[in-house]
Amino acid sequence: MRKMRIAMAAMGAVAALTLSACGGDGGSSGGETQGGSAGGDKIRIGIKYDQPGLGYKSGNDFTGFDVDVAKYVANELGYSTDQIEFVESPSANRENMLSNGQVDMIFATYSITDERKKTVDFAGPYFVAGQDLLVSAENTDIKGPDDLNGKNLCSVTGSTSAQRIKDEHAENVNLLERPGYAECVTAMQSGQIDAVTTDDIILAGLAAQPNFKGKFKVVGNPFSEERYGVGLPKGTDQCADINAAINKMVESGAWEEALTANTEGVDYKFNEELNPPKPGDACA
Amino acid sequence: MDLLSEYFQSYLTALETYDVVAALWVNIQLTFWAFLCALALGTVLALMRISPVPSFQWAGAAYVNIFRNTPLTIIMTFCILVLVFQLQLNLSDDFDFNFFLWAIVGLSVYHAAFFCEAIRSGVNTVPLGQAEAARAIGLSFLPAARYVVLPQAFRGAIAPMGNTLIALAKNTTVATVASVPEAAGLMKTMIEFRPDVIMAIFATFALGFVVIVIPIGLLTTWLSKKLAVAR
Amino acid sequence: MTTRQSVLFDAPGPRARRRIIITNIVGILVFLGAALFVLKGLYDQGQLAPELWTPFLTQEVWEFTIIPGLVNTFRAAAAAIVTSVVFGLLFGVGRLSHNKSIAWLSGIIVEFFRAVPVLLMMIFFWLLLGQLKVLEPADIPFVAVVLALTFYNGSVIAELVRSGVHGLPKGQREAAMAIGMTRGQSMRSIELPQALVAMLPSLVSQFVVILKDSALGSIITYSELLRSMQIYGSSGPILQALAVAAVLFIIINFTLSGVANWLARFLGSRTAGRTRPVSAPPVAAKAG
Repeated sequence: MRKMRIAMAAMGAVAALTLSACGGDGGSSGGETQGGSAGGDKIRIGIKYDQPGLGYKSGNDFTGFDVDVAKYVANELGYSTDQIEFVESPSANRENMLSNGQVDMIFATYSITDERKKTVDFAGPYFVAGQDLLVSAENTDIKGPDDLNGKNLCSVTGSTSAQRIKDEHAENVNLLERPGYAECVTAMQSGQIDAVTTDDIILAGLAAQPNFKGKFKVVGNPFSEERYGVGLPKGTDQCADINAAINKMVESGAWEEALTANTEGVDYKFNEELNPPKPGDACA
Repeated sequence: MDLLSEYFQSYLTALETYDVVAALWVNIQLTFWAFLCALALGTVLALMRISPVPSFQWAGAAYVNIFRNTPLTIIMTFCILVLVFQLQLNLSDDFDFNFFLWAIVGLSVYHAAFFCEAIRSGVNTVPLGQAEAARAIGLSFLPAARYVVLPQAFRGAIAPMGNTLIALAKNTTVATVASVPEAAGLMKTMIEFRPDVIMAIFATFALGFVVIVIPIGLLTTWLSKKLAVAR
Repeated sequence: MTTRQSVLFDAPGPRARRRIIITNIVGILVFLGAALFVLKGLYDQGQLAPELWTPFLTQEVWEFTIIPGLVNTFRAAAAAIVTSVVFGLLFGVGRLSHNKSIAWLSGIIVEFFRAVPVLLMMIFFWLLLGQLKVLEPADIPFVAVVLALTFYNGSVIAELVRSGVHGLPKGQREAAMAIGMTRGQSMRSIELPQALVAMLPSLVSQFVVILKDSALGSIITYSELLRSMQIYGSSGPILQALAVAAVLFIIINFTLSGVANWLARFLGSRTAGRTRPVSAPPVAAKAG
């Protein structure tokens, strides 16, 4: 009996320890940081972790076009690179993270839409992408979304571009949704999938990865316009500063440099009519 | 009262836009076919584990230990990623049906391990004298298993098999990672587009599963009582 | 086990032994053939290239991907184990209560959450918490995973508690009553401690289920092991990343299952109740 009591007490103690350990690190992630005022403070920037070429966590390092623009803008706002803290902001959580003050700004292939503007503000755009197709480098018969009838098309779960193709361009397309683009591309490598769809720059970034280099091409027939903005909390006063930073990045050539570096080796040209964008003073 | 009827109205429009019944029907179909396959495979595995051949016992135990300890999500993903995408093993020419069949395969190989263990626990309820009597009248392994041991074992294993079947029915939601358009995926889409009626949507799907699962539970309880071997 | 089986069926004679050897060889050949087919297929697709696999041996990947993923997996599992046990004790005892309404309510709650798929609950809590704005968004996936695992596994544990108490010899309670204990005292000091020991093996195998189910968190963007590996693999070696994750999961769950089996044997002699063999858990066949 006594031994049993001790055993139960021990179980309880372990339980309590586990609980307190779990509670411990939740608290520190509160929004103590203040955006805008440069100084000793850190700035928290939300990015994607799983989009190579745009926002990708590789080891303890972050790479991609979104990351490069974020670093440039943060530097212009007076933060040094080691004052930046990158936080993962999955698509579903972006609005939330801004309104809860968990991040100061978001660079995560964040398209400016009227719907989103109700809850958050956008600076920029810093890039205008378009939904497009990625196909095997040898493929010649898919030139746009209208050629996809009877073909197998892959996209990630919850993506709008696959549904758009089915609704507006090719009714008889076979849609497949996978949790990540890497799975789509691996499937295309073996020929089970004919095309992958999402924003052109995401496709280009994906195709630029060492494992995929030279095997795929972006079709270059975009069928939508996605203006990537910098997500900011509603009522921010930072739009003008950020937009000035973006314009400076474009003028200095660093913008195009970052873009080519992250899509190097891929047969891809960004839409030159719409890029580089010239954001004005006001929020988008 | 107005608020309530308004809420109900928008819930109804959500139901009109999305076909909940069709999605749940996919889960039911997955359950049915995966149950048959997993039961067949599980019986073979159980036979291997109780056979007098060490290598069979070992192979059966290895199968059970590996598949029981791997998350179903991973098994499902591997079916698609390795067998379909890399090795191009297509079970059907129809694009969507192919993934449906592979989801059944994934569900079957995972739950076969649990059915095997359920049947084995049923075998443990068969008194030794039964097997000894079977041997005494000259039956060899397979006939003894077929006519004496397994019929009694199955009857003794109905309760644990029922539990495995219930788990299987609920696990068909994991087929969403095999790109099968079933209930969990539809619920996610519905809530994303109709966040205003999130509670009602969840309640609908939860109720759908309660309606699927409770009859299975009642049926197996009734069967296990009715078929119990009087000893 | 082996002694029992040699009684259950005849020991094979010379002819059967020959047949067994042949079947073994055929079996091994079939297995090798299948393995070869898979490996050849993967090789042809270039998936066996060493540069796709070697990253998983580097310190960098372990330090920034695998270890943090494992920590998150264990964190969610540990929290869910604690809360499930609390939930299970509460509603298990509630279901045994003499107060009819408490027993009924506990019964309905337990049966409901046992019938609803964990994944459905996870998605629901994840989206609901997102709407409510009471939590830091980064904590939402973690909380949703723990809540869903708690409601499901807690209900299972409640059933274990109930059957554990039912499985005790009646004499135990009668003895408690005889020395003047109240029902509550008997439950707390006599029945529950023994029931807990008796159900410990099943409890540990339920912990394996919790650990395995935490992998479902990857679907709602919780950065546990599976999702960390998916993120790492998103630049190319996705197949390899998932293979490594699978191996790690099997090792961890295998170890925990081993502990469950050992506990069942060890505790068999320590309680008046029956410690259940882990091979036949009542409802443990749960997702992952």
